Amino acid sequence: MAQVLPAEGDLRRVIGDGESVPDGEVDGLDENDLLELLRSLILLRTYDERSVVLHRQGRIGTYAIFWGHEAMQVGSFHALEDDDWIFPSYRESAIGLLRGMPAETVLSWWRGHPSGWWNPADYNVASICVPIATHVPHAVGLAWGKRLKGDPGCAIAYFGDGATSEGAFHEGANFAAVMRAPVILFCNNNGWAISTPLSAQTRAQALADKAIGYGIPAARVDGGDVLAVYEATRDAVARARAGEGPSFIEAVTYRAAPHATADDPSAYVDAQLVAEARANECVGRYVRYLRRLDVLTDELEQKLRAEALELMRAGIGAAEAQPAPDPSSIFEHALASPPDAWQHDLHELRRILRG
Amino acid sequence: MAEQFLVEAVNDALHVEMERDPAVLLLGEDVGRSGGVFRATAGLLDRFGADRCVDTPLAEAGILGSAVGLCMAGFRPVCEMQYDAFSYPCLDQLITHVGRYRWRTGGKMTFPITIRMPYGGGVRAPELHDDSPETYYVHTPGIKVAIPSTPADAKGLLAAAIRDPDPVVILEPKLVYRTARGEVPAGEHVVPLGEARLARSGTDLTIVAYGAMVAVAERAADELAPQAEVEVLDIRSLKPLDEEALLASAAKTGRVVLVQEAPRTCGYAAELAAILAEKAILDLRGPVLRVTGYDVPYPYWSIEEAYMPSVARVVDAARRLLEF
Repeated sequence: MAQVLPAEGDLRRVIGDGESVPDGEVDGLDENDLLELLRSLILLRTYDERSVVLHRQGRIGTYAIFWGHEAMQVGSFHALEDDDWIFPSYRESAIGLLRGMPAETVLSWWRGHPSGWWNPADYNVASICVPIATHVPHAVGLAWGKRLKGDPGCAIAYFGDGATSEGAFHEGANFAAVMRAPVILFCNNNGWAISTPLSAQTRAQALADKAIGYGIPAARVDGGDVLAVYEATRDAVARARAGEGPSFIEAVTYRAAPHATADDPSAYVDAQLVAEARANECVGRYVRYLRRLDVLTDELEQKLRAEALELMRAGIGAAEAQPAPDPSSIFEHALASPPDAWQHDLHELRRILRG
Repeated sequence: MAEQFLVEAVNDALHVEMERDPAVLLLGEDVGRSGGVFRATAGLLDRFGADRCVDTPLAEAGILGSAVGLCMAGFRPVCEMQYDAFSYPCLDQLITHVGRYRWRTGGKMTFPITIRMPYGGGVRAPELHDDSPETYYVHTPGIKVAIPSTPADAKGLLAAAIRDPDPVVILEPKLVYRTARGEVPAGEHVVPLGEARLARSGTDLTIVAYGAMVAVAERAADELAPQAEVEVLDIRSLKPLDEEALLASAAKTGRVVLVQEAPRTCGYAAELAAILAEKAILDLRGPVLRVTGYDVPYPYWSIEEAYMPSVARVVDAARRLLEF
């Protein structure tokens, strides 16, 4: 059988292991930048861990866990400018926090409350895409539109390894290449699509190989190495902004958490690999790197964690303080000019709800 | 006013609307260099350039999916699906995103996408060049649907669709593309969505039709003329529907025959029949009858006449109702 999981040596890395593998550096990042990456990592990690607790407490609904994916999100995010558009899948549900979106908004989304639906143009962050890969053509269309208008920005679409089997991914990738769209196709390859392992998803040696067929350059990086992800994305953004078209990034990690709160992976994952992935998780790796560089104090780390926890406390408080949505909200916003029938339906609904 | 074929009126509308609004961008398969397989987009590449009249890869979901992103970048995309049945791959984007994205943003972003395609049978074409898929589109929340039967309406409804802030699907009866000319207003011409057209006034029975079936309904009305004064209502805007016009005609004649080319079960005529049952029951003098395609795959073209609702089938239904 063809080897599907990547060979150890071919992933781009910056962070060493503190022993035999030496630490590298990324040109152009100063100490403040390095600490800003940590702040973002801790924010997303705290968001994710608190969300799982909030789900168990019945305060949010089913939640797609991204524990262990923070380095992929943070590293790529920090390579973007504010005018670049982000197209998240549900795995990147909280990436808007890095653009200043309140935690209340994303928590409300997971609470199924209308206040969780934001205006993408406020943050240049598209709506969370729930079906797999169907947002890839959206990112391509937006990026293509930017090129047509002469806007300097680009777009990034996040999707998982399973998404590379979907038609929408392939149609989007091909459109991106043909239209020279300034877009980054960012694949977080965590080895699993719910219970389907990568080996059942593809016979390709690497998902990055799929880009070859579209004439798109690709990079493979260690998805647990925030600096490697940053560097690869920065290269892709530079290409996009220089008019050189799309890039594909395959960031490789191992899913060390369930797919979602409703999933029990003990039936299908290798517990040994999960244990290794958890021991080598991306936030801890980066913290150890910063400590080896001697730029991180206990005090600062604790401060960042306290800030993130406070943001979550305030966020869930505000989300829970939202009034229950009025029944009229189900008839709002789908059309610019709602048909008369909706008014009739609403009157009837109110009459029945009144009892 | 000049006489045009229906497909020429479509082309006219695209020229006028692209001239009027630089945000309008056309994309589809063979729409540029060849001017479209039915010539609906002829001349647009030369007039507006390859960035506004875009020959795309053969990927209907990619066409509609990238149109969503183009809207976010400020464009008003007009997507051509080359044929009715070739549009099915785009249903994924239509259902999961196009009809929902405005709602998803709390009404803050608009998705002024027009999807236009030739539809329907009777043109002696290979398999899957003959479908009437309107119900798939009508059934999707957040999507508007119109089907012209005349050249003037083809121009006016397409212009309305392009100017509409919401996604609109326009199905163009390919059987009628080059079979009948009609007067079409020059320059800007808009037929608002949501207004039916009274094609012929009558007092004894109403035939409700749209698209290529309007001509069939009119010929049936001619044939019934010695026996009854038949009204023909061209629905033309399936969603939003001009319910008032439908109910007014039912109240006037008390007898309604619904004609659609699509298969019967859960077809658009079923929706019209349900509305009549809910709101016009006391006006009706007999059952609401449907004349439709059958619940079968659209047949080989050597026997397609047996599938398509014919004048004879419509007349037969009308006589049964008149004698009820």
